[in-house]
Amino acid sequence: MADVRQIVIDIIADIAPDEDVSNLDDVKSLREQLDLDSMDFLDIVMELRKRHKVEVPQEDYPKLATLASCVSYLSPKFATV
Amino acid sequence: MNYDAIVIGAGMSGLAAGIRLAMFDKKVLILEKHSIPGGLNSYYQRKNFDKGGIRQFDVGLHVLTNFIKKGEKGKPFSKLLKQLRLSYDDFKLCPQTHSKILFPDVELKFSNEFELLLNEVSEKFPQEIDNFLKLTEKVKTFNELDLSIGYSSSREALKEIIKDELLIEMILCPLLIYGSAWEDDMDFAQFVIMFKSLYFEGFSRPEGGVRTILSLLMKKINDLGADIRFKTAVTKILIKDSGEAFGVVANGEEFYAPVILSSIGYPETVRLTPKIDLNPRIGAMTFLESIFVFDKKIPLDQNDSTIIFYNDSKKYSYRPATDYFDSSSAVVCFPDNYETNKQDGEGTVRITYMANYSQWRDLERAQYDEMKEKVGQSSLSLIRSLSQGFDGKLLFKDIFSPMTIERYTWHLNGTVYGSIDKTRDGKTPFKNLFIIGTDQGFLGIVGAMLSGISMANLHGLMGANEI
Ligand SMILES: Cc1cc2nc3c(=O)[nH]c(=O)nc-3n(C[C@H](O)[C@H](O)[C@H](O)COP(=O)(O)OP(=O)(O)OC[C@H]3O[C@@H](n4cnc5c(N)ncnc54)[C@H](O)[C@@H]3O)c2cc1C
Repeated sequence: MADVRQIVIDIIADIAPDEDVSNLDDVKSLREQLDLDSMDFLDIVMELRKRHKVEVPQEDYPKLATLASCVSYLSPKFATV
Repeated sequence: MNYDAIVIGAGMSGLAAGIRLAMFDKKVLILEKHSIPGGLNSYYQRKNFDKGGIRQFDVGLHVLTNFIKKGEKGKPFSKLLKQLRLSYDDFKLCPQTHSKILFPDVELKFSNEFELLLNEVSEKFPQEIDNFLKLTEKVKTFNELDLSIGYSSSREALKEIIKDELLIEMILCPLLIYGSAWEDDMDFAQFVIMFKSLYFEGFSRPEGGVRTILSLLMKKINDLGADIRFKTAVTKILIKDSGEAFGVVANGEEFYAPVILSSIGYPETVRLTPKIDLNPRIGAMTFLESIFVFDKKIPLDQNDSTIIFYNDSKKYSYRPATDYFDSSSAVVCFPDNYETNKQDGEGTVRITYMANYSQWRDLERAQYDEMKEKVGQSSLSLIRSLSQGFDGKLLFKDIFSPMTIERYTWHLNGTVYGSIDKTRDGKTPFKNLFIIGTDQGFLGIVGAMLSGISMANLHGLMGANEI
């Protein structure tokens, strides 16, 4: 099983190197905890595709709002790659 | 040859767009007519008049706008760093001391701390300070990034809030000359962008000038393996009968891609397509710049400004000169006057005047040189009057005209801020052909890069994601 939570955190750490990602709350929105804007969410999606061949269509971007929602939305996609 | 995307022009916007696309494994081709990158903000060298050797100059780069301190978040410059994965320290930014808007009998100073401008306004226009605060509130809450808003006049918006006409002129002066394609006015969204980038955020300069920025961008391009070709002019954009762009012709060779991003200007781009009923107007604002190097720094009255926005009357006229050049106003830039550059040495000054393209175009060679000489004399006397009897020895001077700008950037009529017909969402009447940079409505070094980034995201990455 892929550790989807860690995969997302690793991506965030790369696209926003100045952010502290060590103490993220899983149920709070990522935007509230970090300085992320829509451009950064695009980068999360692009990195998921580049590194893990996982596709996230534009209408599903809101499903990446929290770490917990990332895990529940992305896990089935990781299971099939 | 087939690519995933073609970028026309390797100026700030083209390079930034190329980086974004290549970062996500797109096969990118960047085509540039000149032999070096940078476009309107490139560099050149000149031989010294006497002692031999060469001197390096930047074309533009008075200042990098949108200054932030290290670690500041949510600002245009921090977004740019994140999107291009560049680090703050690599830019080696030297913050400005302060700048000033100098009109007869009154001056307003501003710096990278907005409080200075607030204090200046409350001291010099005490009856207007509440209105000025109202204006700053309006600027703060305005969403200038909404790509669907149309043109509205900044002068009209200002008149509704501020009563003193002189204050309106003084606020507008730096914002117009640092980024308006429109004569005597500017789009209010553009006003907000400029207000934030000049007054809220401020100025700095990378150590090493524009080469520092360009070498960072070029290194990224090369590391990512994007294909970049210089001395390669695009002469035609290929369009299917259905109206879809599918490639370009450059140096007689055809290149194909499903996305084409053009940074050469809207009218300039349309000219490379088959005839259609569309004529984006060519902007009239073009400039002359004189660069002087003295054997010592120029002592200024109070504490060495970085930039002086000079105007000799109460009304600021921002339009093409009626004569060859207009010496009633100028931008006077002291590239040595930055916080981290206090040592003695040579002093450089750059003076920018508004010019008139057609007058310069019609000059014969000998008259052209003579007219440049006049510009130099006028600029020198302005320096002397601003520096009260400065006696430095002139070591070097160079002057470039609207013709120089046209010759090296291929912007029609030497226009610097592009067409007054912007396409804010980047779309053109041709599917798959998009405008980035100046004519998408975002200009200056930071603005053009952000335009390249956001258009590459919107039309190159998100679009492609839908497949
Ligand atoms: C004198 C001067 C001073 C300035 N000072 C400052 C400043 O202090 N601070 C600041 O932020 N901004 C400044 N600017 C503005 C800034 O330079 C521009 O707004 C910005 O660089 C525009 O970038 P761009 O990518 O939109 O366009 P451009 O830089 O014009 O890029 C377009 C590129 O396309 C190339 N090209 C043209 N035709 C073709 C073709 N057919 N095929 C292939 N390539 C082609 C051009 O050679 C060019 O490299 C200044 C500009 C000037 C002229």
